[in-house]
Amino acid sequence: MTETITLGKAVNHGLRRALENDPKVVIMGEDVGKLGGVFRITDGLQKDFGEQRVIDTPLAEAGIVGTAVGLAIRGYRPVCEIQFDGFVFPAYNQIVSQVAKMFYRSKGNVRLPIVIRIPFGGGIGAVEHHSESPEAYFAHTPGLKVVTCASPADAYTMIQQSIASDDPIVFFEPKRRYWEKGEVDLDAPLAGAYPLHAARVVREGTDATLLAYGPMVRTSLEAAAAAAEDGRDLEVIDLRSISPIDYPAIYASVRKTGRAVVVHEAPGNLGVGAELAARITEECFYSLESPVLRVTGFDLPYPAARVEEDYLPDLDRVLDAVDRSFGW
Amino acid sequence: MAYGESEAVPLPAPGPSGDGVNPDKGDGAPPGGFVQLLTPDGERVDSVTTDDGVTYSVDFTDDEYRALYRDLVTVRRLDAEATALQRQGELGIWASLLGQEAAQVGSGRAMRAQDMGFPTYREHGVLYTRGIDPIMPFGLFRGVDQGGWDPNEYRFNSYTIVIGSQTLHATGYAMGITMDGKVGTPEGEAVIAYFGDGATSQGEVNEAFVWAGVFHAPIVFFCQNNQYAISEPLERQTRIPLYRRSAGFGFPGVRIDGNDVLASFAVTRTALDNARNGQGPTLIEAYTYRMGAHTSSDDPTRYRIASEVESWKAKDPISRLRAFLTKQQVAGEAFFAEVDESAKVLALDLRERVLAMPDPQPVTMFDNVYPTGSPEIDAQRQRFADYTASFEGSHR
Repeated sequence: MTETITLGKAVNHGLRRALENDPKVVIMGEDVGKLGGVFRITDGLQKDFGEQRVIDTPLAEAGIVGTAVGLAIRGYRPVCEIQFDGFVFPAYNQIVSQVAKMFYRSKGNVRLPIVIRIPFGGGIGAVEHHSESPEAYFAHTPGLKVVTCASPADAYTMIQQSIASDDPIVFFEPKRRYWEKGEVDLDAPLAGAYPLHAARVVREGTDATLLAYGPMVRTSLEAAAAAAEDGRDLEVIDLRSISPIDYPAIYASVRKTGRAVVVHEAPGNLGVGAELAARITEECFYSLESPVLRVTGFDLPYPAARVEEDYLPDLDRVLDAVDRSFGW
Repeated sequence: MAYGESEAVPLPAPGPSGDGVNPDKGDGAPPGGFVQLLTPDGERVDSVTTDDGVTYSVDFTDDEYRALYRDLVTVRRLDAEATALQRQGELGIWASLLGQEAAQVGSGRAMRAQDMGFPTYREHGVLYTRGIDPIMPFGLFRGVDQGGWDPNEYRFNSYTIVIGSQTLHATGYAMGITMDGKVGTPEGEAVIAYFGDGATSQGEVNEAFVWAGVFHAPIVFFCQNNQYAISEPLERQTRIPLYRRSAGFGFPGVRIDGNDVLASFAVTRTALDNARNGQGPTLIEAYTYRMGAHTSSDDPTRYRIASEVESWKAKDPISRLRAFLTKQQVAGEAFFAEVDESAKVLALDLRERVLAMPDPQPVTMFDNVYPTGSPEIDAQRQRFADYTASFEGSHR
């Protein structure tokens, strides 16, 4: 059954299906029960699956992730919700020192199939700590996998794939896209679905490659549409997986177009874009017509809401970078 | 006694530490007392009833007493062998349990087969009581692996080095026991989480207390208060006795003589059984002393005085049990000599096997990063293998 639903609702449906399919799946977090989460992503789940499977936890993020580790050792598949990106850091110790390293430490004996869901990114006019993009911290940590969805269809499939995976996965949800709608086939089987850690070409083009993920995929698509009016045919790739990154898909595109622009909200310094630029330069050097450029948040603490539109990459800044790429 | 009436610990005084929290009144008990079933002189105390009306005792056969003695001597001897191996350059570091044998053996033997333990990096004695080959953690200390094993096979989790983190894992595991319906009967399961006095200052430990209280989890928090967090004395961690912390989280706390293996067994067994029966968590503070250094890299003469160490020698966990066994004619010199000899045999066997631990092949460092693997790591492994193979005469 194909329905047109929001990205947030797609995550909700995906969580519901995971709870239905595996009695070991439990959801835990602050306000995820009766309230259904501050973004209503877990709406209705506690009512249907009970308080033991959708657990309103005490208000302490290290506790959420730390107890999830114990539940996972016991054989459960915890899905932790961190309420906002900027609230994940109390749990950072558990995520980096325990979740990421337990499989390695235990010589492969202990699998921690934990999913840590984090709404991320700006653009919603929020106060401090509610608009950050901390993905690079996690992608930098061996032992974690990091993914993010950009469409309702991907949200529905990727959350289920993440829960089914035996890897610990940090699942970033583009919070400002929660209300955007798209078609989702709610009956589509997971088996044979598009691979979780594969990038996706969301717009084919020949002149330059835009590399984006999460909330910046739509921004990049809009930029590509605008560029088309100027006669530039841009390819847009949604990375989907930030750790590992699907480099073969990226290299194939850049070898075709000869130009690459990376777009993300997080600060550019030592970010995902820096790694992409380095790797593309190493692997596609003779195909490049110009250096890899980055359009990112500035290297600042996330600014006040009234100026965030100036901080965040937008259509014009992406097109400006494309112009610079062609003008090299 | 009303809360805060007279047990408040004075602010740390300048000068040598160890005098404020831990005044020695002869029986080794700190202010407020503790559960002690075997005195430092080897006298049995029949039973102890705490302020909250719980009576603790043990009823061991002679064989069981002798087995406890053998455990204590064996874990001390293995520990001494490890210290020697470190001094000889065969281990990178060692965290000695010297002085804490009774706390560990008593609590470890109090666990039932179905129970699960979550240790720090010093619980070699508990590990031994779980029937785990004592060589298991030596990979960590020798530097040939990160020390892990399958916790579900041994009902004992891998060592955890970051202070206090394992208390949350233990609590989550205990919540899982409840979710599995394995609580509420004498056959139920329970969890014991080990940590030290320093760890009680960690936020994660306090979060574990919150979680355990709120979810009424079947868990025992076993704090070995060995008086020091590396160099920092107990006054640097707390203004009240640690066992009283539990009151604020809504579950009972008990302090025991941590050098008394009988008290350690009795109180832990009761607490674990309470947990498995659905009566929720307990905090046990085992009041003991780290006789050696924090680890082999530490120099305790920089922060504590010799007379303090001497005063704790008089409370030794092994000599008191030996005195009791002798007085009761449960065991004699022949038995003690045989225990020493078999402990020595185990220690020498351990030494031989530690020395024989092979260095890992470098390429194995790429193993076990992700359960489902990673193309990036596969590529790096291949590049590394090609690189090392490019050297003439390379055996890698």
